[in-house]
Amino acid sequence: MRNEQKQEVIRASGIAKSFGTTEALKEISFGVNEGEIFGFIGPDGAGKTTLFRILTTLLLPGKGSMTVLGRDVVREFRKLRGEIGYMPGRFSLYMDLTVGENLRFYASVFGTTIEENYDLIRDIYTHIEPFTNRLAGRLSGGMKQKLALSCALIHRPRLLVLDEPTTGVDAVSRTEFWEMLRQLREHRITVLVSTPYMDEAMRCDRVALLQEGRILAIDTPENIRQGYSRRLYSVRSAEKFRLITALRKFPETRTAWPFGEDVHVTFREEGRASGLENFLREVGITDARITEIRAGIEDCFLELMGGAHAGP
Amino acid sequence: MKRFAGFVRKEFIHIFRDPLTMIILFVIPALMTLLFGFVITTELKDVRVAFLDLSRDEMTQKIADKISSSGFFMRAGDLENYGEIDGALRSQRVKVVIIFGEHFGRNLLSEGRATLHIVTDGSEPNVATQATSFISAIAADVNRELAGTAVTANLLVQPEVRMVYNPALKSQYMFVPGLITMIMILICALMTSITLTREKEFGTMEALLVSPLKPIQIIMGKVIPYFFLSLIDAVLIILLSRLVFGLEVKGSLFLLWLEVMLYILMSLSLGILISSVAKTMQQAIFITLVGGMLPTVLLSGFIFPVESMPGAYRWVSAVLPPRYFIVILKNIMIKGTGFLHVWKETLILFLFAVFFVVMSIRSFKVRLE
Amino acid sequence: MGKQAVITVRQLVKKFGAFTANDHLSFDVYEGEIFGFLGANGAGKTTAIRILSGLSQPTSGSVRVAGFDAAREPEKIKKNIGYMCQKFSLYEDLTVRENIMLYGGIYGMPKKVIRERCGELLDRLQFSAYGDRLIAGLPLGFRQKLAFSVAVLHQPRIVFLDEPTGGVDPVARRQFWELIYETAAAGITVFVTTHYMDEAEYCDRISIMSEGKIVAIGTPEELKSTWQAASVEEVFVKIARPQHVTI
Repeated sequence: MRNEQKQEVIRASGIAKSFGTTEALKEISFGVNEGEIFGFIGPDGAGKTTLFRILTTLLLPGKGSMTVLGRDVVREFRKLRGEIGYMPGRFSLYMDLTVGENLRFYASVFGTTIEENYDLIRDIYTHIEPFTNRLAGRLSGGMKQKLALSCALIHRPRLLVLDEPTTGVDAVSRTEFWEMLRQLREHRITVLVSTPYMDEAMRCDRVALLQEGRILAIDTPENIRQGYSRRLYSVRSAEKFRLITALRKFPETRTAWPFGEDVHVTFREEGRASGLENFLREVGITDARITEIRAGIEDCFLELMGGAHAGP
Repeated sequence: MKRFAGFVRKEFIHIFRDPLTMIILFVIPALMTLLFGFVITTELKDVRVAFLDLSRDEMTQKIADKISSSGFFMRAGDLENYGEIDGALRSQRVKVVIIFGEHFGRNLLSEGRATLHIVTDGSEPNVATQATSFISAIAADVNRELAGTAVTANLLVQPEVRMVYNPALKSQYMFVPGLITMIMILICALMTSITLTREKEFGTMEALLVSPLKPIQIIMGKVIPYFFLSLIDAVLIILLSRLVFGLEVKGSLFLLWLEVMLYILMSLSLGILISSVAKTMQQAIFITLVGGMLPTVLLSGFIFPVESMPGAYRWVSAVLPPRYFIVILKNIMIKGTGFLHVWKETLILFLFAVFFVVMSIRSFKVRLE
Repeated sequence: MGKQAVITVRQLVKKFGAFTANDHLSFDVYEGEIFGFLGANGAGKTTAIRILSGLSQPTSGSVRVAGFDAAREPEKIKKNIGYMCQKFSLYEDLTVRENIMLYGGIYGMPKKVIRERCGELLDRLQFSAYGDRLIAGLPLGFRQKLAFSVAVLHQPRIVFLDEPTGGVDPVARRQFWELIYETAAAGITVFVTTHYMDEAEYCDRISIMSEGKIVAIGTPEELKSTWQAASVEEVFVKIARPQHVTI
């Protein structure tokens, strides 16, 4: 899907990083194009934060090379700092400073003023403007997130790096937050975002699925879903636990994973779904509804993980 | 410059918004000054004194009567020999023992000098120092009387002070230099190391590092507010001891402030150095208190005189910067001596300061590892 | 499902001064049910859970948990519930077995019983080989399953889970939910609070709180059809978006 006319703002080749004996990143390579919202989707411990810290020059890569905005993250780290807007996982706000003081501080540190770049943050900041004189520590999670985003944007960076901006924030604020990121595209700001929430992948232009320091897939969310090669069925019954146990006993079952109210099932050989209904009836589950469905990102992630049972 | 100003402004907001910081900065130093001061200036009255008179002549009788009737002392019996002194002091029967050596009167008349020994219980330093100064005053009185008789115009009584448990207590105002020394290092080292580790712990350091701020700007931004606040503290302590206890700075005020600034700078860089080792505020506090404060209080001469320490402790004391600062302050504030008397200590402090500044800038981590 | 209520809340009100954190809540939670308790930040969830677990007194109304009155017998409630929150449940510097022994000890279980159940627990999770490993060295998914098993070690009637599967990988997450299903099938009620809306989809029934009130309650399927939404997240956003901004 690489469009040659688009300019690459990030190019990483063979980036690896270890802490002691744990390999946080295992030689990963990727490129991010200007103006896109690029998501790193993966669970805790997949290496998202380590990658973002290398990208923002806070950590040195163990192996490999990376250029961000045309600068090498190791050699030109001084110049690069200041050109990136970075919002770390813990929001990086001063809790004993007011909303206005936090914003003014970050503006001054980057050698600018709130007034100069107000147009860029207006849509976000208006949500919290009524609370300009409130201490940041007394804001709700959603408000803190909006303030942190305003602070990261105040110097009009070309690249915005957001490490798990939606973790611990309620669904309403999450939805609003993604709407704001969409609006930033008008300003041609490239957004790099990480999240453990699989459903947020659909809101990105392109995503990389990250697991145990490796990229499982990298593409548009739609293409990743297209790439799911098996036929997938959803099974629903009021007695979920019995249903799962039964599905595991059905000889043709390849995988059976609970998905909310449903269980998503794949079979060893395609087209064996027909036998399942009878099988379930025989074990006493009479209310089962079986429908063929399209795979979501989480189905793809599970498939790409190889259904491996994560043992210690 | 605008960046830097913004950073310093933020630091002042942190300080002025936190009641605990304000208390540590201003209330505790004031309280400590008053507390130490009042403990030392308790009024002296009816201090129990014993005499060991080995010559028993007219002169010794006269001086003993004068001391006993002064109103400050109460005669609590006489001793027969040197061996009884220790027991008398230890049992708390008397606080002060006055010794007239053999042939006291004869020495005074024939050789023009005689020594009156005062042994005091150094475990109560305020009593000890005040008793000593009263007896010295009485001895001076005797001298004046002798001078008036024309027969022996130049005879002197020299009280020699010897304290059994705290032999080097020299000045009643010694607590002021010690207090300034301790409070400066407390505020400078502790506060700067806490404020820097706080940025690490709350995750704001990540954002600072990714900003165009240079390490030196971050360090100076933390140092400058505390530099001024510590100076204000020094003024506060010296003013309080002047207004409440009447301690006047004998030496040059200009020199005093220069030395105070040097010491503050040294302590601030020590704090930054600590913060580059400590990962959390808790660690910073622990390292500063156990590694910095405790040795300062115990080994720098603030409580226990350096001269009376066993060898090993004296070596440790030699690498503690506060030790030199106490000497400098005592010289300038109490003795009134000039730079020539403290240049060695000043040079040592200066070298410490340079060492800590260089080390703290070099060890400042520009990344998260 | 037996439909026997283990949590009965009627007209629960909790006030802090003039502020009403819980405004006349009424609901039941049944034996063996997986109940999702959702709400935006500051909607009053935490207050309600503190009351349900005997840590706080209601201002008015009646709350019965595991057969005991929350106002009068909070200590008995505490003995009959378990609690697990994602981040801070196990001591990282203790081994798996030490954590289990410690937890059993806290609930006053006899040593022999703890040792028996510890063995069973490790067998069931297929963790027997890891009994003497420090928690700090174990993967997150493993720790969560262990933390949950430890929270039900004393066989409580109800176990409270706070964001149980946030941040774990999709496989571990599903293994965790299967463990919850198994526990619920054995008759223990599972009370889940979460921000994570697709976690809510796994529950038998959910309630959504907004501004101190319960504004929706039912199975995920019922709520989705009532609000004509494709997911619980959509339902949540439709009804929990506050009318006026609250902080």
